Amino acid sequence: MSCAEAFSNYAFRSLGYGERILPKADITLCEQIALIGSGMIWNVYFTVLALIAGFSFATLIALGKASSNPLASIPAKTFIFVFRGSPLFIQFFLFYEAFVLIPKVAGDIDLGFVQLTVETRWFTRAWLGALIVMFLNTSAYSAEIFYGALRNVPKGDLEAADAIGMNASQKFRRVTWPTMLRLAWPSYTNEAIFMGHATTLVFLSGFPAWRQAGDALYYAQYLAEKTFNPFVAYPIVAAFFIVFTLIIIGGFGAMNKRLNRHMAPEARGKLKLSLNVIR
Amino acid sequence: MTNMKSFLGALALGVFAAGAVSAAGHSVRMGTEGAYPPYNFINDAGQVDGFEREVGDELCKRAALECTWVTNEWDSIIPNLVSGNYDTIIAGMSITDERDKVIDFTQEYYPPDPSAYVALAGADVDFNGGVIAAQASTIQASYIAESGAMLVEFTSPDDTIAAVKNGEADAVLADRGFLADIVKDSGGELVFTGPDVAIGGGVGIGVRESDGELKGKLDAAISSMKADGTLNALIAKWFDGKVTNY
Amino acid sequence: MCADPSTLEGLNWWLCYLTTVKHMNLYTSVFTVLLLLAIVTPCILALGFGGAVAKRSALMPVRWVGMGYTSMVRGVPDIVFFMFVPIALDQVFEMIRHKVLCSDVTDPIWQGNDFVVCDIAKLPLNAAPQWQHDAYGFILAVIAFAIVFGAFAANVIDGALKAVPKGQLEAGEAVGMTKRQIFTRIHAPQMWRYALPGLSNLWMILLKATPLLFLLGIEDVVYWARELGGAKTSRFAYPHTDWRLGYFLALLVFYLFLTWISEKVFDRLKLRFGAGVAI
Repeated sequence: MSCAEAFSNYAFRSLGYGERILPKADITLCEQIALIGSGMIWNVYFTVLALIAGFSFATLIALGKASSNPLASIPAKTFIFVFRGSPLFIQFFLFYEAFVLIPKVAGDIDLGFVQLTVETRWFTRAWLGALIVMFLNTSAYSAEIFYGALRNVPKGDLEAADAIGMNASQKFRRVTWPTMLRLAWPSYTNEAIFMGHATTLVFLSGFPAWRQAGDALYYAQYLAEKTFNPFVAYPIVAAFFIVFTLIIIGGFGAMNKRLNRHMAPEARGKLKLSLNVIR
Repeated sequence: MTNMKSFLGALALGVFAAGAVSAAGHSVRMGTEGAYPPYNFINDAGQVDGFEREVGDELCKRAALECTWVTNEWDSIIPNLVSGNYDTIIAGMSITDERDKVIDFTQEYYPPDPSAYVALAGADVDFNGGVIAAQASTIQASYIAESGAMLVEFTSPDDTIAAVKNGEADAVLADRGFLADIVKDSGGELVFTGPDVAIGGGVGIGVRESDGELKGKLDAAISSMKADGTLNALIAKWFDGKVTNY
Repeated sequence: MCADPSTLEGLNWWLCYLTTVKHMNLYTSVFTVLLLLAIVTPCILALGFGGAVAKRSALMPVRWVGMGYTSMVRGVPDIVFFMFVPIALDQVFEMIRHKVLCSDVTDPIWQGNDFVVCDIAKLPLNAAPQWQHDAYGFILAVIAFAIVFGAFAANVIDGALKAVPKGQLEAGEAVGMTKRQIFTRIHAPQMWRYALPGLSNLWMILLKATPLLFLLGIEDVVYWARELGGAKTSRFAYPHTDWRLGYFLALLVFYLFLTWISEKVFDRLKLRFGAGVAI
């Protein structure tokens, strides 16, 4: 089988396109790269969506934790403690077990222009169920990072905002929030990287693979088991992840520049990835 | 830095020098899964138990081998055999061409066991289009992947049963011997359904291809157990009076 | 009392059930986790310190090794390392022993798929008691953990070394200390205070990575929880349905407790390291 064929057969296997039967014997390097690459689609999917969804929720939780109202701060603190204090591995398992208990019903949602059939069954599928777990998990970690940054917003900045007569919402939108983001960004970059790595746990515990559509590690395990040689499949996963990590660092670095563009050069927060292994 | 040096030193000593004394007697490490009753499971005393434990111990006695039992996750059980972590796989593993290419099998010690579907009582299962659960890396999983049915893979046999009970999957496909206990215990909740599927050969002991000597010894021991009827008796004991004529 | 479990009921059944040998294994596996943490932590600090020093070395090749090591681990998910490093190490060790101890054997080590070394090169020897095999597997796991987390620690320590104020080091020069003296007497001791927040985070990450031990074939808490929780047919002395949810909830509590204790300890450490320092 040629390399081009391997890619056309397996490059989108994880989404259910291409050859349905996975390679069994005489597996070529191209097939391994194509399959593991198709699995990476899911790793990217979980990382990107969980981060996007988690971002606003994390801001909310951070504000809750910083609030003087116990009705807001206690739930926020508990949420952060539980999700940061327990292994993601166990969270996946527990959520899967909880999701299968949801009664299986389907309903239609009429959006006016299109009819959607929604099924509660989807909760036990990785694409939704695991995404929810990752969303909650990253929200807790990011919230802690944002909370730390929130406490370090310079008092003077806030007083200046008061002095020029901003109301509470203006003050938050124009001063507190942008400053918090700027301070939190280096750590938040770390969180994004760790989050990307953690997506490899999805099919390892709890969530089953349907029609052998899984993530990069799922296929690597399959291939290592079929070829009896872990020395090819796992390094391929590693290479894919190094590229993915570099892309994350690049993207977040560009954002960091933007957040710091108004600062004097020596006061700029560098994307110092060293001191802040925060997760 | 001295810390690290002495740590590495101790490590090197442990790794490269210790155990240079040669071992007496031929000892064999028996690899099994420990999660597939009645073939093999871990009993309440934390020991490997089951049909294969008894067969294995008897084989070791007859072949004059000193055996120790090791458990390993199913999906990495063959890679760990070829890399030498243990010397045999005795884990209800069916002899298939695909596996035979990579490892060797002794003659069978358990006859070809048809795989069977189990579903909730009264469920209407579509075997060619429905959702069928199976343990990853089993012959049943590849069978379903090649049929038209929707395969859901779980890492442990327990998960596949749970999936049928909670309605995730319409049915589970596994060895009949494994399912029989579960169906019996479920009090009518789970039932055998649909056709039996004959996949794979009998169950044999997997050994490395380079380990011809061990394979020979085990083969001879299995033959002797077949000849004097002990194997038939053990099968009957563990598989609900199943009759075999070895 | 526990001789015939089928006659037991209620409280007695539970008492006997929770004290089976298998349950004892679960309880002692808690110590496996703690032992891993106790052994791996000094290794991580040593590797981290070494990595950080290497990164700052004046010799280019040493610097490259340091940089390569720390950025490599950043790019690749820890699970991929765990799936790969122990097998690779095991084979490297056995290969070296084979070359040293059995130099007269001419058969190739790789025979098709098989990895074959002579009997006395096996690690541990086939005839070795089971505890030696367990201990060996445990050592491999320790090394895998140390490699991964050592790289993170190197990042933290490198950042902390940079954070020590220049004035302190210049003061050392002013009183005529050698480079070495400055490093051992001022730079390194001062660094710990700056490294503490990063290291405490790293510790939390390490705690939550320990459930991955069972992937390395170690019989840890997760292994026994899965084993005990799985449905037991009437073939077992204590038949029950699928109780994994309960066992995993217990694990969740266990990890939350570890996190809680750790937070308390680090709060105290922070006070101690911060003592006598103007901020």
